[in-house]
Amino acid sequence: MIQLDFIAVLEQWPALLRGAGFTLGLSAAAAVVGVSVGVACGWARALGPAWLQRVVGVYVELIRNTPFIVQLFFIYFGLPSLGLKLSPELASIIAMVVNLGAYAAEIARAGIEGTPRGQFEAARSLALTEWQVITRVVLPPALARVWPAMVSQIVIVMLGSAVCGQISAQELSYAANLIQSRNFRAFEAYIIATAIYLLLAIGVRQFLNWAGPRWIFGRVAQSGR
Amino acid sequence: MVDFSLWDIFRNLLLAARWTVGLSLIAFIGGGLVGLGLLLARLAKLPGAQHGVATYVQVFQGTPLLMQLFLTYFGLALVGINVSAWVAAGVALTLYTSAFLTEIWRGCVSAVPKGQWEASESLALGFSETMRHVIGPQALRIAIPPTVGFLVQVIKGTALASVIGFIELTKAGTMITNATFRPFTVYACVALMYFMLCWPVSAYSRKLERSFRRGH
Repeated sequence: MIQLDFIAVLEQWPALLRGAGFTLGLSAAAAVVGVSVGVACGWARALGPAWLQRVVGVYVELIRNTPFIVQLFFIYFGLPSLGLKLSPELASIIAMVVNLGAYAAEIARAGIEGTPRGQFEAARSLALTEWQVITRVVLPPALARVWPAMVSQIVIVMLGSAVCGQISAQELSYAANLIQSRNFRAFEAYIIATAIYLLLAIGVRQFLNWAGPRWIFGRVAQSGR
Repeated sequence: MVDFSLWDIFRNLLLAARWTVGLSLIAFIGGGLVGLGLLLARLAKLPGAQHGVATYVQVFQGTPLLMQLFLTYFGLALVGINVSAWVAAGVALTLYTSAFLTEIWRGCVSAVPKGQWEASESLALGFSETMRHVIGPQALRIAIPPTVGFLVQVIKGTALASVIGFIELTKAGTMITNATFRPFTVYACVALMYFMLCWPVSAYSRKLERSFRRGH
């Protein structure tokens, strides 16, 4: 008979809570920087000069065709030999940013390429600066169009951050590992951690779906495309 | 200490890449079969299938693959099945793949116009005949590009099996690093090898998608 003892794991709730908070913190930092990097790269790939399009293209293809764990190990274990020593947390955030940036670039590019030419022409004919054209005219509706895909990608990166425990960043999966090493309740610890991940994924998705129209591409989305 | 040349590193990684390919194929084929079963259960409107499969998909898409691997590894051990890393990784990746493929294919089936279902029904075709002769072939055409694209996710997913001790490309990279103390070179080679595996598949999937769009 299998005896499952969830209480032994739940007793260690402070560790789980800290881990979940850590996962959210890593993801929030990675999401803000990663989406910014992605939008910049998406812009470069959609409208930049040919050489820049090629450079960004190489970055996107390299990242999208290699596993996150290898990217993480390369940054954490590989870069110190070039004299760049990183803490596990910083290495995790950098890896997540680099990873999310590549996927977000493709998503943002799709949004930007969907902008009708007339909108660029209209904006320029109003003597808006190039920066104003980008931030006021093109990006808000472009981001609104691709926001669901962007949200999915952010959630995927958050779930992927479970791997960061492998370089001893103290996030949720690391907490679960710590707990099971104390009480040998491996299955229960990972079940509970997995359930927390599921809740985080649902919560983050709902939050971003709510926050996007309000804070990121707000006014434009409401006034129609 | 044994000296590793760059070629030695590359050669050993190349040998380990066999297991990455093997595990990917197992997960992809197994996941495809399970995913197809789930899809058919859903389409045939078996009692509880609609809800059950939707939950299944949400759980697998909403939790980290790493956790799924751990749970399979420790869960199988708990019910007394002696698990090697092979079995645990194969089972976990199969389930993971099936959840994604069944959802992708559901989208493809629902992209087939509704009139096709009605026409089949008016011809008194049964469920299996409808699937085999009417819906299946049309959905298959739509399904091929995203399915090939998902293969890339599966190949990358197998890298996580290294964490439960399955010796594939990533694990071999770690082991060689421990022997050579050249993490930069080794992980760059590992990444390059994944790229050589995944990039042709991505490019092929994109090509299929383009030619599919042109056809419509």
